[in-house]
Amino acid sequence: MNMIKNASSASKKAFLNYGIVIVFFIVFQTLVSTGNITSALKGQLIPIVCYMIMAVSLNLVVGISGELSLGHAGFMSVGAFTAVIVSSAMGDAANPAKLVVSMIVGAGVAAIAGFLIGIPVLRLNGDYLAIVTLAFGEIIKNILNCLYVGIDEKGVHFAFNNPDALGMNPLGKVVINGPMGAVGISKIATFPAAVILLMIILIVIQNLVNSRTGRAIMAIRDNRIAAESMGLSPMKYKMLAFTVSASMAGAAGAVYALNYSTLVPKKFDFNTSILVLVFVVLGGIGNMTGSLIAAGVLVVLPELLRKFSDYRMLVYAIVLILVMLVTNNEKLKGRIDTFFKKFRMNIAKGGRKK
Amino acid sequence: MSKSPEVKLVNVPSPNFVPEKDADKPLVLEAAHLGIDFGGLVAVDEFNIGIGATEICGLIGPNGAGKTTIFNLLTKVYEPTRGTIMLGGKDTHNMTPVQVNQMGIARTFQNIRLFDKLSVEENVKIGLHNHIGYHTLSGVFRLPSYWKEEKKSHERALELLDIFGMADLANVTADSLPYGAQRRLEIVRALATGPKLLLLDEPAAGMNPSETEELMNNIRKIRDEFQIAVLLIEHDMNLVMGICESIVVLNFGRIIAKGTPSQIQGNPQVIEAYLGTHRG
Repeated sequence: MNMIKNASSASKKAFLNYGIVIVFFIVFQTLVSTGNITSALKGQLIPIVCYMIMAVSLNLVVGISGELSLGHAGFMSVGAFTAVIVSSAMGDAANPAKLVVSMIVGAGVAAIAGFLIGIPVLRLNGDYLAIVTLAFGEIIKNILNCLYVGIDEKGVHFAFNNPDALGMNPLGKVVINGPMGAVGISKIATFPAAVILLMIILIVIQNLVNSRTGRAIMAIRDNRIAAESMGLSPMKYKMLAFTVSASMAGAAGAVYALNYSTLVPKKFDFNTSILVLVFVVLGGIGNMTGSLIAAGVLVVLPELLRKFSDYRMLVYAIVLILVMLVTNNEKLKGRIDTFFKKFRMNIAKGGRKK
Repeated sequence: MSKSPEVKLVNVPSPNFVPEKDADKPLVLEAAHLGIDFGGLVAVDEFNIGIGATEICGLIGPNGAGKTTIFNLLTKVYEPTRGTIMLGGKDTHNMTPVQVNQMGIARTFQNIRLFDKLSVEENVKIGLHNHIGYHTLSGVFRLPSYWKEEKKSHERALELLDIFGMADLANVTADSLPYGAQRRLEIVRALATGPKLLLLDEPAAGMNPSETEELMNNIRKIRDEFQIAVLLIEHDMNLVMGICESIVVLNFGRIIAKGTPSQIQGNPQVIEAYLGTHRG
């Protein structure tokens, strides 16, 4: 307890986020186990957690490192399809191990993709990363549309553009079937596993940000020239943030994919990237708490707005605009702050009376 | 106004000179025939300087003379078109700003470049970055080395801030500091990188006379305590004449005079550059 009391405001914020995740988990896990949840929302639980991971990991790039990435869904799809292949190839291995290995390999391959993109782009100043990641997202989608993967007892077979080229024996199973996407996935992702992943990722991001490395990343964001003259290499630290973020998106994609029985590459298109960016911007750039809440609310919102039927997306857009107006309103913010100050003072007074 | 006693300058390999006390120590920095062109414009030409191990050297000249350009050349923000820069006996050709910082040059900026949204202490810790010895993974997993090194760097940061009496401002965000304090923080941050040569770009700009007086004492204190050399650009002549042991005067990208403060004060060319020629 004493440790928490002495902690800086940064670590207090970190503990707040862990608290939010734990409360979120307990509430929904109870709802699920007592059966007080609609099946539509129950099916959304794992995607919600995945989008939360996507949002906080993108916030590492956009908020902490100050670069714009428009292809975050691309890394998610890399992780997703890698995990599908790995989990299929592992056959009937025990479940938690299978999920963990798929997730780690998915995250690893996504990290490699992020690293390779980062090498040429992060040397440059400016918005080049946005352009290149935008292209990456589209390229990955189109590659996956043409990818065929099959598994038989000899191992994993890959083919491009032509399913007959797989050369499998007739007993083999097609895992990824071009534009039809991944088929026959074993649904091994669970809500607790997804929440544990989210928790690990939050811990990694927040510990990274509140360390020597995080300070360097933020210094480069705030003033590149000054950071260089302090002996910090911009390339190195931008690369680190971008690669870590890509690997986290890959892990999120892995869990996301293993929650469905089929998955098409089109799911991870530009719209998904922008959706995640909306979570980050709406929740506040650099604000992990905001990203978590925005992702949670905005994934559920379209479901809740179902009664507006045709006007659903219209209302969705209006909600977005209203939230932006309210959160960017200095006057309102000041009032909320003074309200909370009074609230806290009242609590303090009450405490003394006792 | 506290004034250093006038020092005698002695010749080191021509055309440079250093104060007598530094004569038998190797030069911190030696630039020869340095020049840079921007397109057709010759911004700096034939710049020669030798800086002794614990020398405080002033670089003065009218606006647009190329003083900050020289700082940018020395710190490799620009790659020089001509000439060589030797840093502790090593040629810095094709090196990056990061590398020359690690070799011992730290600087402040004319237009303040702090990490605005970070706290004062974090700004200094970023300066200490290359002296904090734990790996990224130790930070992520909060291994013992993280706690140990963070504690050490926290103490070191406060110690450095204390030079300027700023230790109690450690948790304030940098952009909420008053202007003078921001300038002082830049000096502390530069000092944190452990330089052998400190480049100060107009450290007294925007300071009132008493603040300037304090700054002069602090620059001298830093030099004495850390045993480093200081090269400073400044328009405040009280400061320049008060603490500099040698002065280089620049006009239109070329050196027009070098010498001790009293030599410079009496130099007709310098007076002309600053005040213009007397006509009619």
